[in-house]
Amino acid sequence: MPEIKDIILNYIKNEYVEEGDEIEVTYTTPLISGGIVDSFSMVSLKRFLENKYNIQIPEAKATPKAFDSVNNIVELLKEFKVQ
Amino acid sequence: MAFQENVREIFKQELNTIRSDGIFKEERIICAPQGSDIEVEFPMGAARKKVINMCANNYLGLSSHPDVVEAARKGLDRRGYGMSSVRFICGTQDIHKELEKKLTEFLGTEDTILFPSCMDANAGVFEAVLTDQDVMIADRLVHASIVDGMRLCKAQQDTYKHSDMGHLEEKLQLHQNARLRLIITDGAFSMDGDLAKLDKIVELAEKYNAMVFLDDSHASGFIGKTGRGTQEHCGVLGKIDIITTTLGKALGGASGGCVSGRRELVEMCRQKARPYLFSNTIPPVVVCGAIRVLELISATTERRDKLERNTEFWRKGLIEAGLIIKEGETPIVPVMLFNAKLSQDVAKDLYEEGIYAVGFFFPVVPKGQARIRTQLSAAHEMHHLEKALAAFIKVGKKYGILHKTKQEVIDMYGM
Repeated sequence: MPEIKDIILNYIKNEYVEEGDEIEVTYTTPLISGGIVDSFSMVSLKRFLENKYNIQIPEAKATPKAFDSVNNIVELLKEFKVQ
Repeated sequence: MAFQENVREIFKQELNTIRSDGIFKEERIICAPQGSDIEVEFPMGAARKKVINMCANNYLGLSSHPDVVEAARKGLDRRGYGMSSVRFICGTQDIHKELEKKLTEFLGTEDTILFPSCMDANAGVFEAVLTDQDVMIADRLVHASIVDGMRLCKAQQDTYKHSDMGHLEEKLQLHQNARLRLIITDGAFSMDGDLAKLDKIVELAEKYNAMVFLDDSHASGFIGKTGRGTQEHCGVLGKIDIITTTLGKALGGASGGCVSGRRELVEMCRQKARPYLFSNTIPPVVVCGAIRVLELISATTERRDKLERNTEFWRKGLIEAGLIIKEGETPIVPVMLFNAKLSQDVAKDLYEEGIYAVGFFFPVVPKGQARIRTQLSAAHEMHHLEKALAAFIKVGKKYGILHKTKQEVIDMYGM
């Protein structure tokens, strides 16, 4: 079974990286500050995580910093006992 | 006084950061009417320089057209300078209704409402027609004003990859439980100059019971055989539920915008759109100029046909010269340089050669996609374009970027 961080990485690659984009997304790539995920797209990412892991991420915790890399997201999920 | 030295320092530091990030914007002072030949003072205080304008949204060359200027002047005489009111108190004149009617006829819709700008139209329309039970699904490259309008609206927000119809279909399937679905797209995308696949979008909208929103600001007046815009080009006239467009580009270039579309949606804007309710009416002088513009372009397609010919010449010329452009068919022609500094340097050298074009780089466009955006006009004559092309070739040679692949340019200058 794939690790959580790989599931998130794959989702981000499929959802946000477009054909012809010269971007390599890794666990540490800055997603929000690097311009890969914009504020609207962050909403879709939050919804994906909530649906996938059956959790509710409060708006206060869904900060650009918390979503700024796959590793940050994994840390955030730990707060919801998702590991 | 609350603006003490420590407060001033905060803003000074922020401005310094903008400068050191290389994204500080400076105004070029144009000392002439808008047109192909302009006199520019840049930087401020420098001697004025005569240049060819390759970066205006003056697609049809009507910004300083004598007929339009004359109509505006008459409007000033007949209906005065300002209205000192929003539309619904005492700011609606007969000419405002006349312009709305003419726009409705031109765009082939049911009704139209004017806004002070298309930025305002986009800022107000979503909140006026949607609620938190609805969803907006936007192309990821829509204009910043649409992004702002979506932020002001309580409906759910989602996006699809640029012009990716498969991704849009997935999103429409995902949101089938929403009360209303609104697909949001630009007609011509302002940075890449490509056109929305509006025929496919309409097809998906019909399949998944969604409405379609189109911002046709960079298309109204010249895209499509009679200039009705992307909806005409894609064969879906009358099938778009909400169109926003501007009077500030091809349609005279002064200011003002509108929401045009289904009668009930336009009426919702009259009742609820905050930029309509709380901002001044468009001044009579602009309204009369715009009415004349619509009369001119409804009578003949001469200007849009000339623009099409100019666009073909320019695109072909740049490709043959060995420059990399974003291919397409609109008069927005980005010359790709990939590296931000290179785009600035090339723009500066072009200016020295008498060509006024601007470099765009992150965050206006994605990283590694820096470019010079050129824009054609029906006001360009062949000698303007030949001179501009010669300048691009001269500067391109200087930087060694002619007949190079994208990778070769990136290898030389980096992303």
